[in-house]
Amino acid sequence: MTQLTFNNISYTCSENETVLDVLHGHGVTVPSSCRSGLCQTCLMQAVKGTPPATAQKGLKDTLKAQNYFLACCCHPNEDLEVSLPNQETARIKATVSSIEKLSSDIVGVSLQCEQPLDYKSGQFINLFKEESLARSYSIASVPAQDNHITLHVRKVPDGRMSTWIHHELNSGDSVEISQAVGDCFYTSGKAEQPMLLIGTGSGLAPLYGIARDAITQGHSGPIRLYHGSINVDGLYLHKELQDLSKQHENFSYIPCVSDEPVEEDNIVNGHVLDVALQDHAKLSGWRVFLCGNPNMVKAAKKKTFLNGAAMKDIYADAFVPVA
Amino acid sequence: MSQTLFQKIGGEAAVDAAVDIFYRKVLADDRISDFFDDIDMDKQAAKQKSFLTMAFGGPNNYSGADMRHGHAHLVKRGLNDIHFDAVVENLAATLTELNVAPAHIAEVAALCETTRKDVLCK
Repeated sequence: MTQLTFNNISYTCSENETVLDVLHGHGVTVPSSCRSGLCQTCLMQAVKGTPPATAQKGLKDTLKAQNYFLACCCHPNEDLEVSLPNQETARIKATVSSIEKLSSDIVGVSLQCEQPLDYKSGQFINLFKEESLARSYSIASVPAQDNHITLHVRKVPDGRMSTWIHHELNSGDSVEISQAVGDCFYTSGKAEQPMLLIGTGSGLAPLYGIARDAITQGHSGPIRLYHGSINVDGLYLHKELQDLSKQHENFSYIPCVSDEPVEEDNIVNGHVLDVALQDHAKLSGWRVFLCGNPNMVKAAKKKTFLNGAAMKDIYADAFVPVA
Repeated sequence: MSQTLFQKIGGEAAVDAAVDIFYRKVLADDRISDFFDDIDMDKQAAKQKSFLTMAFGGPNNYSGADMRHGHAHLVKRGLNDIHFDAVVENLAATLTELNVAPAHIAEVAALCETTRKDVLCK
């Protein structure tokens, strides 16, 4: 017999009951469908305690790492506190340590959190301007390397949040952020696996974090980072990424410019997805990360899968611009 | 004790091996790819896994009513016998690729056939 807590109410879970049985038995609504551990409709997260491995079969490694599990086949062997996925979590106060112009429309914002933020590079936080105005930004910093949380904020036309960040926010100001969420990040364990990272615009933020996190954690397989921009100005971490590729033999950086002619030898003319797929027609066994423009991400997910990447090895984060 | 179809095909491991191969085939098949071209490919892949488990005679709790409810929106978009046959064809090709015996593939096809009326909401 174990205790199961959901929304601050505790229930008793006997040996032959699943988490789904117990919650449904008490009239708690949890979406479910196949009840066989396959369809993943009843996905939940253990916020306290560890779910049994049998309840995590078939889940992405990044979801397993965050203690996600399937309620329909979870027979807890310890007390668990559980929640439905993507619930709004407690907010954290942070101070702006610096705002740095990275390109004509992207700034890097560094934040110092009042309490330590538990995050993985590539996850995102919601930044609040006021009670009801929040936007999601991916984390480019690496917990083991950087003292601050770093975000890359692109100026969205008429964007209320990004206009405020670009023109009014100053270092020293206080802001509120959410806990870090999202499943687009590096997990250790397959250090030799080749990795393909494709991003457009400020979709480079999570990829920059993921690449450096993988290197920090001793990833030994090739890491190929393709960054796409309409113009050269948008290749906003060109120098940093060139330096990184000089320091680490297994890391390479391929900048791509789609809408203006370029003469520099080390920049490729063309759309980033086309360039990346031309170089990688066979992706069987690869781990793939895709971030940025939603149309690019959608097309890339399908094409990298058709080129042989396993569904479980494709991690994506589409940036949907909101005014 | 005689083995069930699910065990003969290779159980859960066979489903895991088949799901990506099958999903790639249907996405590449112009007759049916539109029905499978979901924004959320992870959810779509999980659905394929449920379908394969059922088609292989594995443990599932789907009823005829579930089948009707789950496919009604697709029938509205024009899902018909041609599409149903195409799915079964891709499934057979997947199993052939995985070296499953022809007799077992025929059993899988027969099992799929029992759901045709419910899937197509006839």
